[in-house]
Amino acid sequence: MDYSIRICGEAGQGIQTVGDALSKVFARTGYHVFTHQDYESRIRGGHNFYQVRVADRPLTAARDRIDILVAFDRDGMDKDAAYVVEQGRIIYDSGALKQKFEGPKFLDIPFTALSLEHGGSRIMANTVATGAVLGMLGMDMGILLNIISDTFQKKGEDVIKANVSAASAGYDFAVKECVDCSFPSAVRAEPKMLIAGIDAIGLGALASGCKFFAAYPMTPSTGIMNYLAGKAEEFGIVVEQAEDEIAAINMALGASFAGVRAMTATSGGGFALMVEGLSLAAMTETPIVIGLGQRPGPATGFPTRTEQAELQFALYTAHGEFPRIIFAPGDPEQALYLTNKAFELSEKYQVPAFVIFDQYLADSQWTHAGFDMNQLVYTDYRLRADSLNGLTDYKRHAYAETGVSPMAVPGESRHVVVTDSDEHNEDGHIIEDAETRKRMVEKRLFRKFPLIQKEIKPPLFYGDAGPEIVLVGWGSTYGVIKEAVDALSPPHPPLGKGGMRGGIAMLHFSEIFPFPGTEEFDFLALLGRAKKAICIENNATGQFARLMKAETGFEFAVRINRYDGRPFTVEDLLGELHGHIG
Amino acid sequence: MATLDDYKGQTPAWCPGCGNFAILKSFKDAVVELGLAPHQFTIVSGIGQAGKFPHYLKCNTFNGLHGRTLPVATGIRLVNHEMPVFAVAGDGDCYGEGGNHLMHAMRKNVNVKLFVHDNQVYGLTKGQASPTTHEGTVTKNMPFGVLSEQLNPMALAVALDCSFVARSFSGDQEHLKAIIKEAVNHKGFSLVDILQPCISFNKINTYEWYKQRVYRIEPEYDPTDRVKAFERALQWGDRIPIGIIYRNSRLSLEERIPVIHDMPLVRQSHDISKLGGLLKEFY
Repeated sequence: MDYSIRICGEAGQGIQTVGDALSKVFARTGYHVFTHQDYESRIRGGHNFYQVRVADRPLTAARDRIDILVAFDRDGMDKDAAYVVEQGRIIYDSGALKQKFEGPKFLDIPFTALSLEHGGSRIMANTVATGAVLGMLGMDMGILLNIISDTFQKKGEDVIKANVSAASAGYDFAVKECVDCSFPSAVRAEPKMLIAGIDAIGLGALASGCKFFAAYPMTPSTGIMNYLAGKAEEFGIVVEQAEDEIAAINMALGASFAGVRAMTATSGGGFALMVEGLSLAAMTETPIVIGLGQRPGPATGFPTRTEQAELQFALYTAHGEFPRIIFAPGDPEQALYLTNKAFELSEKYQVPAFVIFDQYLADSQWTHAGFDMNQLVYTDYRLRADSLNGLTDYKRHAYAETGVSPMAVPGESRHVVVTDSDEHNEDGHIIEDAETRKRMVEKRLFRKFPLIQKEIKPPLFYGDAGPEIVLVGWGSTYGVIKEAVDALSPPHPPLGKGGMRGGIAMLHFSEIFPFPGTEEFDFLALLGRAKKAICIENNATGQFARLMKAETGFEFAVRINRYDGRPFTVEDLLGELHGHIG
Repeated sequence: MATLDDYKGQTPAWCPGCGNFAILKSFKDAVVELGLAPHQFTIVSGIGQAGKFPHYLKCNTFNGLHGRTLPVATGIRLVNHEMPVFAVAGDGDCYGEGGNHLMHAMRKNVNVKLFVHDNQVYGLTKGQASPTTHEGTVTKNMPFGVLSEQLNPMALAVALDCSFVARSFSGDQEHLKAIIKEAVNHKGFSLVDILQPCISFNKINTYEWYKQRVYRIEPEYDPTDRVKAFERALQWGDRIPIGIIYRNSRLSLEERIPVIHDMPLVRQSHDISKLGGLLKEFY
């Protein structure tokens, strides 16, 4: 069992509702799910899709092939139908599309008529479609009915009843009409957790004790603000929508100075405005976590699409020289733990830390068996009232062997806390002399950096232990590279007819800067031994490959880049790989 | 009780005779009279001659970036609304670079006191026009004179229903001290525009120029009448009013955030025991 179900149509037609309901049903049934979305920058109209892949084994990427296409608009017939496999089905409502399609793949289901007849409103055409898909798969309706009651609880019994009736009508229709459908489904298993990358980052922030979040809304980062705002009351978080990104980062720095963990999030265009604030964080040694959701640029680019082209921006932007931490999780689980690590290290070393992601990771939902929340760490590195009052003297920027000065919370003791964007002395006051400047640069940069570097974990290794081919990626390409390695490992035949009979493996970098050392795991030796090292990136110029060369001198023989604003699918990547190693 | 001695700071790097000295003196007098100790409040300053202000007394200090005092101050207040937070900025800093933040701080009504050292010129960069420079003034980089109309911060503030709008003058220290105290005691965002001469670069708006024009607003004036306040805010030229031009009693931002109603955020600890239930919604 490994089906891809694509729901396509105009914005506003309820694609999301159907996709969310189906993926929830599958996850609760115990199946493995991977979903991703492709949408335009508009609220109504256009052509979008939501794809749900469901299987009885772990999934980490999307495929091109579609088994069931739910087409809510005629564009779907032109743009999506071509991906439907031989035994696949395209379900549509000829009444709504005002056209009848002939052929063994097409199944005309009167979504609207059934919704009017059984639900009493055409809004429920989505519910009919959801029921129909479950009918085609021969799945149990019980879970969907529970989800319907949960979803419409606030709207009352009548709405629940109408939706249940609409779902059942779709289900029954599909069972009856899709007689030669063959979509056997696997046996049920333990319910799984279904979570999107963006929610995992929000969860990571919350679990790390983030108490203040300021941002200006910008796709694909807004979900973090939505998640935290939803938890604000219960967990005591202040979420402030700032007037612009400049204000957002400065508010977060003010909050951090005042004594709590703080975060902001944005995308490249907004981050461009935050850059002076990043430099301010560095000079004042104020901890901050920045969520950077990449999207295709330059300028406004593709607001709702995906790209990994802001790595170099995050690495090198802001005036002056200072340490920073950059993490790029590959899936929701990594997103949770790396967001936690970003908070931890940012506060421990008083430096800015980034969690960079993209629209693909933000919107993709993965199933996991669960997260172990006990693995999360929390240490309060600030000096608060009790520990402060005992001090005879306090200097916010005192020289220290580690470069890390004691960070006191202002107002909690008789000591004043002084910091400055100007170069300053240990007390935090403006200075002009060369000697102090030199010592401060050494404290902020040279003393801290090696200590931070020691905290960085090596890349994740997956696949053959002595590989001939090594696929390298970072951030959101983790899942698709992993599936490509699986597809090219035994029992599947290896690629190529000639020499490439050896194994294949993946190196995935999620802790990107400071660049990992080779002490714990000599990935450079591994790459050196391989016949071919291929760097796979969702950008045009190979930004990670460039970083790798700058940091280690290693140069990739082959780069595979996708830069059309779309994520790599499994077929896509395999196709490219065939070209290079076939 | 803190005394003036407790407020001794670094040696000022201002020009001798700068209006800032008088502002510093009035400010120290005001906080001492208010019974505030140096560790009990925070000053957020920007860049420019005014930005150096907190270094010349003693207090919690965040000397941030040009134009960005108010967002930093907002962040601090939302985390610790029991601590008074003052923003100190110049006219270029606050009315130019940080204009957007000023507008929104007024709207939000965050309980920050903003003291603007308004000398109608850029001092630290040597004499360029600021938003409050008179139209037509010739500067080194504007040989045809300033082409923009002079900004009227008081009228802007009244138009935006700013919670506390006042003006004072560095040449009237008693008045300035009193206005600072009024601003500190007011609940809500407070803008205090402080007229001051720049003896190095502003040859027009001198001590004499201000002295001939400023007058204290009469005691019977009602600062809660917004329409009258707007009239008074528009007054500039032969006569320049100093005093509280407008005030209202809007609820502050901090008062409207339920999360910090019972306790400042900084004292709310991170409760790890509550995390277990967070995964439930994803099943």
